[in-house]
Amino acid sequence: MDFEPSDDQRLLLESVSRMLADNYNFAQRKTYIAQPEGWSPAIWSQFAELGLLGLPFPEQYGGYGGGAQETMLVMQAFGKALVVEPFFPTVVLGGTAIMIAGTDAQKQAILPAIAEGSLKMAFAHAERQARYDLNDVVTTAKKDGSAWVLDGSKTVVAHGDSADKLVVSARTSGDRYDVEGITLFLVDTNAQGVARRGYITRDETRAADISLSNVRVTEVLGEVGKGLAIVEKIVEAGIAATAAETVGAMEAMNDMTLEYSKTRVQFGQPIGTYQVVQHRLADMFMTQEQGRSMAMLATMSLDNADPVERAHDLAMAKVGVGQAGRYVSQSAVQMHGGIGMTEEYAVGHYFRRCMVIERLFGDPAYYLHRLANEVA
Amino acid sequence: MPGIAFVGLIIELPNAVADDNTPLHPPHPSPKLPASRREPKLMDLRFTPEEIAFREEVRTFIRENLPADIHAKMKLGHHPNKEDTVRWQRILNAKGWAGLSWPKEWGGTGWTAIQKMIFLEENQVAPAPELSSFNITMIGPVLIQFGTEEQKKRFLPRAANIDDWWCQGFSEPGAGSDLASLKTSAKLEGDHYVVNGQKIWTSTAHHADWCFLLVRTNPNARKRQEGISFLLVDMKTPGITVRPIISIDGSHHLNEVFFDDVKVPKDQLVHQENKGWDVAKFLLGNERTGIARLGKSKERVIASIDMAKQVNANGRPLIEDPTFRQRVAQLQVDMKALEITQYRVVSAHDKAGGGRPDPLSSVLKVKGTELLQATTELAIDVAGPMATPIWAQELAALNESDDMLEASSASVGSYLFLRAASIYGGTNEIQKNILTKAVLGL
Repeated sequence: MDFEPSDDQRLLLESVSRMLADNYNFAQRKTYIAQPEGWSPAIWSQFAELGLLGLPFPEQYGGYGGGAQETMLVMQAFGKALVVEPFFPTVVLGGTAIMIAGTDAQKQAILPAIAEGSLKMAFAHAERQARYDLNDVVTTAKKDGSAWVLDGSKTVVAHGDSADKLVVSARTSGDRYDVEGITLFLVDTNAQGVARRGYITRDETRAADISLSNVRVTEVLGEVGKGLAIVEKIVEAGIAATAAETVGAMEAMNDMTLEYSKTRVQFGQPIGTYQVVQHRLADMFMTQEQGRSMAMLATMSLDNADPVERAHDLAMAKVGVGQAGRYVSQSAVQMHGGIGMTEEYAVGHYFRRCMVIERLFGDPAYYLHRLANEVA
Repeated sequence: MPGIAFVGLIIELPNAVADDNTPLHPPHPSPKLPASRREPKLMDLRFTPEEIAFREEVRTFIRENLPADIHAKMKLGHHPNKEDTVRWQRILNAKGWAGLSWPKEWGGTGWTAIQKMIFLEENQVAPAPELSSFNITMIGPVLIQFGTEEQKKRFLPRAANIDDWWCQGFSEPGAGSDLASLKTSAKLEGDHYVVNGQKIWTSTAHHADWCFLLVRTNPNARKRQEGISFLLVDMKTPGITVRPIISIDGSHHLNEVFFDDVKVPKDQLVHQENKGWDVAKFLLGNERTGIARLGKSKERVIASIDMAKQVNANGRPLIEDPTFRQRVAQLQVDMKALEITQYRVVSAHDKAGGGRPDPLSSVLKVKGTELLQATTELAIDVAGPMATPIWAQELAALNESDDMLEASSASVGSYLFLRAASIYGGTNEIQKNILTKAVLGL
């Protein structure tokens, strides 16, 4: 048992932190969001130069050879800086999909391109009727000669509007909730029949609704009909990464709240001298640390070969981190008072990012229900 | 929190709000990520094979050696009495497992903090009587750290074997959370200190052979903390009166202890005169790793699930009730988070080779006791209406036995008793004050 990052992991974190310190303060971030893409291509290039975009990929595919722990550290730093670039959908979700299900040829074609910054990906799985149910897929794929023809629509696809390539789930057999019969496809976003409507989400990142009509694709990812297991692993990697991001956001909110409590004077004293405020800060700190423990659980469970145990631990982490993020966010706004309600102040932006993460791939109530079913 | 080394990850990152005036896009040369290959040794949540084997060894030993009558009684949720605790601690001591965090030269286990956690959890989940904390986690480490050679030889082996039952004379009627305001006085007269005053909330003083006592030796000290000394007192000394305080669970656990011209030999002073506050701080901060008593919370949840299979709600076994299941699931999530936080604390403790207490241990105290209270509350809610009588007495009178009924009223015993968990060992409010200062720097 060991919770200390290795020296290399520390160095990694220092490099990323330095890069963000130089390029990603709150004012700079605003200018990135204002760009046509909704994020900064220049920052994206810097991520590529730094080697971040190939972070979890094996070296033979142009990657850094890191793993889930390195992703955790970087996502934590991104959470603290509220990074809006499409790292998460491209490297974490797309990258995981290719790494676990891709053929060698697919890995050769895609991973180095992601690592050098020339290919962006998105995970087009969720559908409007599905809410959080991963097996609820009605988009269809019908065999036509050597190709497949996709029809259906996907919703709130993170950074779907800027992606070059999508991982799309579709039903190749069976009915709406069937566990079997879901297949993953690699779809170029400029393929005939793909229509995307991009929009901004509450956390100022981008998402898209994507409609697929009569889209001919030839590239299957993984085995036909066995896509749900891959989807679940992609989602698990996503849960772990965003759990770490939430920890970074909680740290930032707690730092800001502490700082504010030292400088904001009311009734002649800094509000941090009042015990009622101090105890709320202590509660926020304790919650952050419990959340950090759960984020570590998520990351370190990813390589557990037992799928039941792995799913159980990730469900626990999703509940724990989600509840922690919600408590710290709400408390941070409360402790700041009026200024915490304003768009110009950062705390509300962290609040909204945590809120969005909380309902990505299932909220605490959803996973608590699953855990409740396992009580015995 | 900048600058605080959180256990596990030391991360000091800039805030997005840190500096609004930094120029945009400085052509800062982005260094490549460190090129070296990752070390094979990464963060690791798993136990080592040795730790897994150790857990199995502990579990097997407890299963094979815990007296059946004690085990049966505790399975029903009853508290162990003095004899149960003594009997079990002596079995453990014979195995060399009583001096949990003591060095080997003083009959200790020499275990790592992780091993200690594993032992505590297995012992609590069993369930088996817990080691006397006064003997093992309080006076033992204090004497090892501050005691004279003579004191160590005289008291340590007897403390491990619970030949002496120790109690803690700290709190006073006017000195609870504000411990440094204590008034019990000790005046040096020749070879003896003469002690006068009153202690309160003294757990198990009525069982105790010895008491470690905080007294005021210098009422004129510049700071209150500087006039306090730490004495070892034989409870048979003339002038000591112990009066019971019955707790809300009906048990006699707490006492008032009165000192009326009690003569304490000078060689029973620990550390230096007027330096007792250092000893007290060491004692209170030394052994927080076990304070969460997570094993006890786990045991209460297991017991609640067992009971829930035997009672009905709305025509179905309670175990099938979604509201109940969700409540259990939430507790399991909270216990998991605490378990990992606890391992972060102890593995950092092992790495640092001990040293000063981690402020994160206040998190363990607060969250651990909240869970003790939430899990004992779960058990009484399962017991439902059968929680209200004191069944052991009724059943004995009727010459009947019914484990479920006994477990129902015993669950109330621990529920009521553990309302104290957020009060003792520094109230949870005091823990938040500690966090405020130590971690937040306010």
